[in-house]
Amino acid sequence: MTTETPKPSSVEIDAVKVKLADSLIGVALEWSEFRDQYRVVFPATELLKCLNAFKFAGFEQLSDLTAVDLLEYSNATDRFEVVYCLLNVDTGLRLIAKTYLNEPDLTIPSATSVWSGADWLEREVYDMYGILFSGHPNFKRLLLPQEFQSFPMRKDYPVKGRGERHNFPVITRAES
Amino acid sequence: MPLELLESPDLNANQREGLWTLNFGPQHPATHTTLRLVLQLDGEMVIDAEPDIGFLHSGFEKLGEVLDFNQYVTIVDRMNYISPMANEIAWHHAVEKLLGIDLTPRCKYIRTIFAELMRIHDHLLCLGTCVLDLGGATAFMYAFNERETIYEICERASGQRFHTSYTRVGGLLYDVTDDWVKMVRDFVRNFPKVYRDFSGLVMKNRIFVERTRDVGVLSREEAIAGGATGPVARASGVVRDLRRDEPYLAYEDFDFDVCASQGGDCYARFQVRMMEMLESIKIIEQAIENIPAGPIFAVGTGKESMPDKREVYRSIEGLIHHFESVMPNRQMQAPKESVYAATESPNGELGYYIVGDGSFRAYRARTRPPSLLHFSLFSRMMRGCMLSDVVAVLGSINIIAAELDR
Repeated sequence: MTTETPKPSSVEIDAVKVKLADSLIGVALEWSEFRDQYRVVFPATELLKCLNAFKFAGFEQLSDLTAVDLLEYSNATDRFEVVYCLLNVDTGLRLIAKTYLNEPDLTIPSATSVWSGADWLEREVYDMYGILFSGHPNFKRLLLPQEFQSFPMRKDYPVKGRGERHNFPVITRAES
Repeated sequence: MPLELLESPDLNANQREGLWTLNFGPQHPATHTTLRLVLQLDGEMVIDAEPDIGFLHSGFEKLGEVLDFNQYVTIVDRMNYISPMANEIAWHHAVEKLLGIDLTPRCKYIRTIFAELMRIHDHLLCLGTCVLDLGGATAFMYAFNERETIYEICERASGQRFHTSYTRVGGLLYDVTDDWVKMVRDFVRNFPKVYRDFSGLVMKNRIFVERTRDVGVLSREEAIAGGATGPVARASGVVRDLRRDEPYLAYEDFDFDVCASQGGDCYARFQVRMMEMLESIKIIEQAIENIPAGPIFAVGTGKESMPDKREVYRSIEGLIHHFESVMPNRQMQAPKESVYAATESPNGELGYYIVGDGSFRAYRARTRPPSLLHFSLFSRMMRGCMLSDVVAVLGSINIIAAELDR
């Protein structure tokens, strides 16, 4: 499967690295590669600056935005990982940008000003993991009911749930 | 209210006064499944459309962390149930990328044929039901008749019409037979005739054209920034197709065109879908005559995948091998790495972000559903449209609520 994917030209990613080094002076970026995919870890404190620099380097589309709870991951030092899957629409180059977050401060700036597609993706991450995005224009839960209390994709939330469903108010036809 | 006023993000209280709110869904024939829209209307003009989703949320991604790579395929094909096999192919494409498995040529070809059949399957439903919603029942019957043939092809290969669960890590559940090949050949031969009828009924139908042209326009810039992919993006002039740009399976071997349009409206999206069906037929035509012989499971490393079913039933080694493949301490192990892999599903880029933790289960199995990104663009597409256009726009972006909510 992997051998048939043509290796994205390393020239392209080198050019991106040079561009990012210019626009992000003093920001520690940590590069890695796995199965022909380029990944970069950037500090959460410089989030918006980094995301704008990525967009400026040609990554016009946010393919996906998600999070991973590293609570039970062996040798993990941080609690949450926020993942931005970026795509350069013209060259097809992909970059997976990650940042780490720890409790109690789970607030990061919203990426909606950079890519408008981040809107629902950020709401879903909040819905499932409780990570807050400041500056989001319409910040509330996306999939679960607004009165839901927990963040079910966290590893300390049981697969069976905590019985929320049984406690939902039942509205009869007469009351509605 | 004049159109230019709609551009202002916040209407003042005076302008708000004449508006009325309409609750569209969650149960409505045109939503197909359960999704809800809260529409702000000025007479018949849609001022604002706020989607409310989550009615079908069933925690699929949480289940993905509990079930192993082979078990989760039964959940995956319930996401976009219009083209179940496309989901399975995308899921195992990502798993195989994480595990570093190289498929056999035969498996690649069979999966490619199914992926393209699913594209036709999905586009037929999208077009057929949208025409039905817009008031024409005939074309719908033409589309569903062909879909039935594809169901039969699926049933012959996997034993299941709908939720096939046909792919396995590194291979397929069963090998295909000669009569399956014949069924696909018949389908390829018959389809162009049905296509002509269908195309004549729909694409040149004046009512259909007037209901869809210049309705729900999405510009190229909005499509890129908003994360649109697949037919929706291609209809807005983003010429990008993962089959060509990041070739996976056997797509490199085939000759096909990427269909795109500049219109950005509903009609352009339908046009792209119509053209893509013909390209899919072209791919299947090339693939079905050239299916390589050989095993369907990736060979070499004995533990890496499930053995052929014939081997399991006929030899003790095969049975042991099969048993080992489901024992937690003998199964293959995913590296402690993460990977994002996407395929061109009928609706757009269907990606999976998988984190491996050294076991045969995903530590995190994130689905990147194309519907979610497309539906988030819905309120933008609805700007300046009429109430009756809601149905046309909904149909043109082909929202599948099970995939949207997971």
